[in-house]
Amino acid sequence: MHIVVCIKQVPDSAQIRVHPVTNTIMRQGVPTIINPYDLFALEEALRLRDAHGGEVTVLTMGPPMAEDALRKALTYGADRAVLLTDRYFAGSDTLATSFALSQAIAKVGETFGMPDIVFTGKQTIDGDTAQVGPGIAKRLDLLQLTYVAKIASIDLDAHEITVERRSEGGMQMLKSRLPCLITMLEGTNEIRRGSLDDALRAARSQIVKWSAADAGIEDLTKCGLRGSPTVVKRVFAPTSRAEKAAQIDTTDKSLRDLADDLIAAIFTRQPALEQELAVDGGA
Amino acid sequence: MSTANRETPSPTAGRAGMKKELPEQFKDYRHVWVFIELERGQVHPVSFELLGEGRKLADKLGVELAAVVLGPPGEATWHAVAEAFAYGADLAYVIEDPLLAHYRNEPFTRAMTDLLNTYKPEILLLGATTLGRDLAGSVATTLLTGLTADCTALDVDADGSLAATRPTFGGSLLCTIYTLNYRPQMATVRPRVMAMPQRVDKPVGRVIQHKLAMAEEDVVTKILGFLPDNQSAKANLAYANVVVAGGLGLGAVENLQLVKNLARAIGAEYGCSRPLVQKGWMPADRQIGQTGKTIRPKLYIAVGISGAIQHRVGVEGADLIVAINTDPNAPIFDFAHLGIVIDAIRFLPALTEAFTRRLSPHNRDKLAS
Ligand SMILES: Cc1cc2nc3c(=O)[nH]c(=O)nc-3n(C[C@H](O)[C@H](O)[C@H](O)COP(=O)(O)OP(=O)(O)OC[C@H]3O[C@@H](n4cnc5c(N)ncnc54)[C@H](O)[C@@H]3O)c2cc1C
Ligand SMILES: Nc1ncnc2c1ncn2[C@@H]1O[C@H](COP(=O)(O)O)[C@@H](O)[C@H]1O
Repeated sequence: MHIVVCIKQVPDSAQIRVHPVTNTIMRQGVPTIINPYDLFALEEALRLRDAHGGEVTVLTMGPPMAEDALRKALTYGADRAVLLTDRYFAGSDTLATSFALSQAIAKVGETFGMPDIVFTGKQTIDGDTAQVGPGIAKRLDLLQLTYVAKIASIDLDAHEITVERRSEGGMQMLKSRLPCLITMLEGTNEIRRGSLDDALRAARSQIVKWSAADAGIEDLTKCGLRGSPTVVKRVFAPTSRAEKAAQIDTTDKSLRDLADDLIAAIFTRQPALEQELAVDGGA
Repeated sequence: MSTANRETPSPTAGRAGMKKELPEQFKDYRHVWVFIELERGQVHPVSFELLGEGRKLADKLGVELAAVVLGPPGEATWHAVAEAFAYGADLAYVIEDPLLAHYRNEPFTRAMTDLLNTYKPEILLLGATTLGRDLAGSVATTLLTGLTADCTALDVDADGSLAATRPTFGGSLLCTIYTLNYRPQMATVRPRVMAMPQRVDKPVGRVIQHKLAMAEEDVVTKILGFLPDNQSAKANLAYANVVVAGGLGLGAVENLQLVKNLARAIGAEYGCSRPLVQKGWMPADRQIGQTGKTIRPKLYIAVGISGAIQHRVGVEGADLIVAINTDPNAPIFDFAHLGIVIDAIRFLPALTEAFTRRLSPHNRDKLAS
C-alpha cells in the first residue's frame, strides 16, 4: 500500500519569546521541530507499511529549510520525502494550504502510485487549527476520519478500513472505505527510534523538491495570500491584569492561621461560595 | 481573554487593509447562525455559550440569531430546538433525518452546506469540539470560505465584518482575523471560553424545516458501535464550579495526593499543568490550558504552577484565581487574584484541614441559621 503523511516543520514554541517592546516574535535561534502531533501519524503509517507492505511518502509545504524535517522523517523510516516549496505559497491560510497540499498529493499519486491513506496530525502547534486535514479530504474527495485513536483493521482487497474515532463522550467504531484521510489522535503510539540503516539511507536520499509548477498547480490565485480568504489584521500581546494578586501576609504566622486567613480572603471575595462548598464538600 | 492595548501591525496588514467591496453574490448573506451540537439526545453546552455570543453579534448587526439543529426525527431534536430558543435564538433551521442520529461527516456536511447555500447567513459559529472541528473544516472547504479556529473573542467591526480573535504562536500573542470577501464568515470557539448566557423560558419561535437530500446508501462510512467514556472515572473539569490543580512545584508524584485531598474536602475537580501529563502523573483529560481543557470555575486554586501563558489562557475565565507558590515572582501572581508565597507541601494539609473545619456540618448549621 502507499501512504502519504503530511508533516509540518514548526518552531519549537516552548522556546518562543515575544520581544517585550516591539511585541514581535523573536525567531532567531528558535530551533525547529517536526510538529509533535504529526509524529503520531507518521508512526501509524510506518506500522501499517510494516504490516501490509508498501511505501510511506512524507510531504511538507514550507520554505527550503523544511527539508530538515523531511530528512528527520526519513531517519524514522519513511521511504520517500517530497518538499513543496515556492514563494507563491507564502502567507497561506488553511484553505490555501489544503489546496496546495491536495494538488501535491494528486501529483505524488500520479508519480509514485495512488495513496490508499493520507495521514495528517490532529493539529499543528503553530497554526493550531485542526482544519488542514479536513480541508485536504474535501478537496481530494477522500473519506474523512478525524481524531482516530486506533486503526482496528484494514482489508486492502475489499478497500475497507475500521477505526476507533474519539468523539464527544466516547469512542465511535467506524467502518469506511479506502482511500481515506485520517487525522491521528495524540498519545496513540510512540515514534520509533529509527534504525542505523534508515539513518544512512536518509543521509543519502534525494528529497523530491517541487515548485508550484512542478506539482501541476496552474491556478496560482488559489495559493498563498491570494488564495486565503482569511486575513490577519492585528497581532497583539494579551494585556496583563491591572493589579497583581493580593498576597496573604505570611510573617510570623502558624500554618493553621495562614490557612484560615486564605479561606477568609476567598470567602470575602466570593461570599456565595461558602454555602456552595459546604453543600458539595466538607462532609 | 483580555483585549489589546499594545499592538503592532501584522506582516500581512498592508494587504489586508485594502478592503475590497464584497462580491455581488455575497451581498444578500445576512443573519448570525449557531450550530447546535446534539449528540445522543444531549445538546453540548458550548452551543448555548455560542448562542450567548451570537446574540451580541446579531444585536450589533441588527439582524436575527438562528440556531441550526440537525438531528433524528423525534423528541430530542425538538427539545434541542426549544433549548436554543430559551438561550436566545430568534428562529431555528431544523433538519430531521435518521441519518443525523449520530455524527458522521458526510450527512452533516451535506445538511449544513445545503442550509448555508439556501438561506445564506453572514456568520456561522460552531463549537471547537471534535464534532465541530470535523464539520467546520469540511464545510468551509466545500464553500471555499474563511474559517477562524478556536477563537477567544468575537466582535463585529464598524463596517459589519466579523473580527475573530485567537491565540497564535503557542498562545504568546493574539491575532484578529477577518474573512473580508467571502461568506459566510466561519469561526469555532472552544467550550467554556465564552460565558453561559441566562436561560429564559419562552415559547418556541419560528422554525424553518428543511430536508436532507441524502439516503443511507449515499453514506460510505458506517457506524459499527459506540463506546461511551466511563463517566465516573472521567473528569468534568471544563464545567466544574471549583477546581484545584497541581504543577511541577509538587515535586513528586506522591504529593498529588495533597491536591486530591484538598479537592475532595471542598467538592472540587482536580487537574494539572501539562508537565504532569507528560510525566505520566495524571491522565491527559486532567490537563488545563491551551492544549488541555479551558475551565471557568467560580474558584480556581493553582498549586505549584508557574502560570505560563499556555496555562493562563485556559484559566483566565475563572471568577477567583488563588495561587500557592514559593516564588513571589512567579508569573501566576500577575493574573491570580489572591496569592500566598509558601511551600505547598507544608501548607496544603493545613489548608485542607482548615476548609474541613470551616465547612463541617456543625459550622454549616451555624451558617444556615
Ligand atoms: C505548544 C505548547 C502547549 C502547551 N500547553 C500547555 C497547557 O495546555 N497547559 C499547561 O499547563 N502547560 C502547557 N504548556 C507548558 C507551559 O509552557 C509550561 O511549561 C507549563 O505550564 C509549566 O508547568 P508548571 O507550572 O507546572 O511547571 P513550572 O513552570 O516548572 O513551575 C513550577 C512552579 O512551582 C513553584 N514551586 C516549586 N516548589 C514549590 C513548592 N514546594 N510549593 C509551591 N510552589 C512551588 C515554582 O516556583 C514554579 O513557579 C504548553 C507548552 C507548549 C510549548
Ligand atoms: N505546511 C504544511 N505541510 C504539510 N502538512 C501540513 C502543513 N500544514 C498543516 N499540515 C498538516 O495538517 C495538520 C493540521 O494542521 P493545522 O490545521 O494547521 O492544525 C498537521 O498536523 C499536518 O499534518
